[in-house]
Amino acid sequence: MTRRKFIKAGAAGIALASIPGIFRANPLMAFSAPAGEKKLADYLEHFGVDESIIRDVMAAALEKGGDYCDVYFQHSIGSYIGLEDNAVNKAYTNVDFGVGIRVIEGDQTGYSFTEEITPKAMKLAAKTAANIASESKNLPPQRLQHHDIPEYYPIKTRWEDVKIDQKIPYLQKINDKVFSLDNRIIKSQIWFDDDTSYIMIATSDGKIVCDYQPMTSIYVGCSAEMDGRRERNSFNLAGRQGIDFFTPERVDRLATEAVNRTVELFDAVKPAAGEMEVVLAAGSSGILLHEAIGHGMEADFNRKEISIFSDKMNKPVAEKFVSIVDNGTNPNLRGSINVDDEGNDSQETFLVENGILRSYMHDHISAKYYGVKPTGSGRRQSFRYPVIPRMRNTYMLPGPHNKEEIIKSVKKGVYCKDFSNGQVFIGAGDFTFYVLSGNLIEDGKLTKPVKDINIIGNGPDVLKKIVMVADDLEYAEGGWTCGKDGQSVPVSMGLPTVKVSSITVGGVS
Amino acid sequence: MNKKERLELAHWAIKQAQKQGANDASVDVGNSRDIEIEFRDKKLDRLKESTQNYLNLAIYAGGRYSSHSTNDIRRESLGKFIEDAVAMTKYLTEDPYRTLPDPKYYEGQKEINLGFYDPAYEGVNSDQRVKIAREIEGAAMAESDKIISCTSGYSDSFYEMAKVHSNGFEGERKATAFSAGAEVTVDDDKTGGRPRDWEWVTVRNYNDLLAPDKLGKPAVKRALDKIGQAKMESGSYDMIIENRSAARMLYFMYGPLRARSLQQKRSFLEGKLGEKIGSDKFTIIDDPFIVGGLGSRTYDDEGMATKRRVIFDKGILKSYFVDWYYGQKLGMEPTNGSPSNIVTEYGNKSLDELIKQMKKGILVTSFIGGNSNSATGDFSTGIVGQYIENGTIIKPVNEMNISGNLLDIWQQLTEVGNDPRIYSSWRMPSLYFKDIQFSGI
Repeated sequence: MTRRKFIKAGAAGIALASIPGIFRANPLMAFSAPAGEKKLADYLEHFGVDESIIRDVMAAALEKGGDYCDVYFQHSIGSYIGLEDNAVNKAYTNVDFGVGIRVIEGDQTGYSFTEEITPKAMKLAAKTAANIASESKNLPPQRLQHHDIPEYYPIKTRWEDVKIDQKIPYLQKINDKVFSLDNRIIKSQIWFDDDTSYIMIATSDGKIVCDYQPMTSIYVGCSAEMDGRRERNSFNLAGRQGIDFFTPERVDRLATEAVNRTVELFDAVKPAAGEMEVVLAAGSSGILLHEAIGHGMEADFNRKEISIFSDKMNKPVAEKFVSIVDNGTNPNLRGSINVDDEGNDSQETFLVENGILRSYMHDHISAKYYGVKPTGSGRRQSFRYPVIPRMRNTYMLPGPHNKEEIIKSVKKGVYCKDFSNGQVFIGAGDFTFYVLSGNLIEDGKLTKPVKDINIIGNGPDVLKKIVMVADDLEYAEGGWTCGKDGQSVPVSMGLPTVKVSSITVGGVS
Repeated sequence: MNKKERLELAHWAIKQAQKQGANDASVDVGNSRDIEIEFRDKKLDRLKESTQNYLNLAIYAGGRYSSHSTNDIRRESLGKFIEDAVAMTKYLTEDPYRTLPDPKYYEGQKEINLGFYDPAYEGVNSDQRVKIAREIEGAAMAESDKIISCTSGYSDSFYEMAKVHSNGFEGERKATAFSAGAEVTVDDDKTGGRPRDWEWVTVRNYNDLLAPDKLGKPAVKRALDKIGQAKMESGSYDMIIENRSAARMLYFMYGPLRARSLQQKRSFLEGKLGEKIGSDKFTIIDDPFIVGGLGSRTYDDEGMATKRRVIFDKGILKSYFVDWYYGQKLGMEPTNGSPSNIVTEYGNKSLDELIKQMKKGILVTSFIGGNSNSATGDFSTGIVGQYIENGTIIKPVNEMNISGNLLDIWQQLTEVGNDPRIYSSWRMPSLYFKDIQFSGI
């Protein structure tokens, strides 16, 4: 079946109130089956190809002597509606469809993609990617075997089947709640996003895998005014979830958290500048791990020896009670993946186990280079990009302390709870994260709120300075996105309450 | 697609939207071709080559608004796409301000050839691309035996697009861009770190690319200069921000200058038109008419004719970035909703001369992380740089922050360099500030 047919078929019989028909899946697909069930025949049909076409394309990709190739089919469908000035008055939709073809020769990569899923266009792209190699060998692609994968993000109703008029009331309800909570609120902006993908991956070593990857988030931003002063802040919830995720309790929390996080800034101060003890609240403080160690443990940086962690494997890097994992299998978490973008199984990977550096995050190229099994960390933004090693959900396992004793142990420091962004220089090891809100800690007690401080440290140095880890691990709830080499992928993170004995806080003198 | 086909497709898409019930519509149609090469260890590390299409559609139906994009531009698919898009729009709330711009703002486009397209593009072949990347790597690797890794690169891109609005705007453009450079990591035996730096340029004309040794060598020198970097005591220091990083600090001002931030009451610059926000040295101009400029344009994203506009004049706030929609909502005359090229009134000193006049301070060569609060102007960001005493570079510094408020920092700007970095649409020179708070040890 050609793509044209797919689009037309997909458009049939759409009720007026539904999301536009192009966003619906092909009704020929077995969508009466549970959303988690992935039937290969349906995906082949969806993309209008069969095994012989795919193998022809792979043969063209390998004709210059490449060692390996993969073909990545993707159909993604995005929808956004926005509320401003009390009205749901804008919407945006996006459809993206294409195939990426990658050829690997040693550790060299040739890449091309096409937006037209016809044998001719795919072969042309394959021949372009083939040019990375110039060897006389000619490895034929293997017969494709369907590789079945687990389901880490089951949802009841596919997003294509959720109508726009089902979503609009959520925004209105949140908006009403926001303004009812505090009369200092003067504006709110609320967005409802869902962005989901059908993917199918075939590899020249004979694997074919398919997956449906849902994603959603609701964001609530507030501006507030008091005595001529203004503040703004926001809160959002995100995950690989369906619409059922937005329960009345979560809708309520979206409004309450956004308002509370905004108005508390009126009382916020800036801490003193310089090195001090810092306590990271359980949850999105996992940004510390993402920046301080996560990127440095992506195997491409280590293969090229440009990460500060490249000479530390199997060496102690932290106290014995520190274990850090990168996990793609947490139910419905934003960074979870049933399968990575080169067809490898998702897993829990120990970066640090009881203080010892244990494993990098690998893609096909680095796993081969190091002679280890892939860790299911090969990810890409879309069919337009080649795979690179990436994080999924990066978090620290619970430790022996508790939150109360950690806070009590700090004489003068900062408690950080809400963050916007971070960055790392993976070779030098400097990393930062930006704290939107938190509190001062004075004589073992949380006191005044603080805001707008950048925290900066050195990855290996700060890992050693993690002196207490509580037993209260929480995952980040918000829509975190990680950028690397110009590619963005959804991730999550987590942390129990953690104390760092000394780190530089960007305060005032 | 050729120019005629793109325009025809755009007009056709608008007609389809109107048939389904839209009053007005605007369409952007484009296609592009991109080639990227990365070179490492004397061989091609990555080759990426692709062509792609897009169609963006904005619908205005009975005061309701939505926008849509797709990469499937065949008419048989687009027909249904547009039908569904219009149908969905009807569920939104009516908003009287959601209209296409008044056509009077389309008029008066400056007649100027801005040099978007370099015909030399057609003659660049894959051997030349690889040769450039190879020579950059060669120039870098010859510089030092402390190099752990060097990745050099070359890329070029070509795009063509057409823009049509149902109330009378029609525009088209074709453009090229060429980029090349290197990223180098060196061994720092003093700290055990592996500092990295880069030199990378992007230009509209092939012949404006810098020679390979002008890209490879500086990348190495910059990385070597970081060996031994460490943090210093917290305190007040003078600060020079090197040209390549100066736009980062100015960028904190951009959000608050936009009409959307003003209308949504989250801009610390609201109500400050005519007020002095910076020192006499703080002049910022939006200049769309630089030949070969990466942000140059004769019309903006909404089809409105562009003008050269002073945003800050000797510290005084003169203009916001006002787009059509939020301008209507605020009752403000639209300017252009986004910047083109950002320039300043350049001084007469080079970076070296600025360094020479510094008694005790820090040259910031790069920012890391950081952010700002658009409602209050508070900011805090990490820095990497060099400590300077009596006009001489003493040692590299990192792991420090600067913090403050954007209403103060531009008042502390005392000198502007003569060295705009032209490989970005924000053509900032090096900037000298007095008494900035640094936090370190």
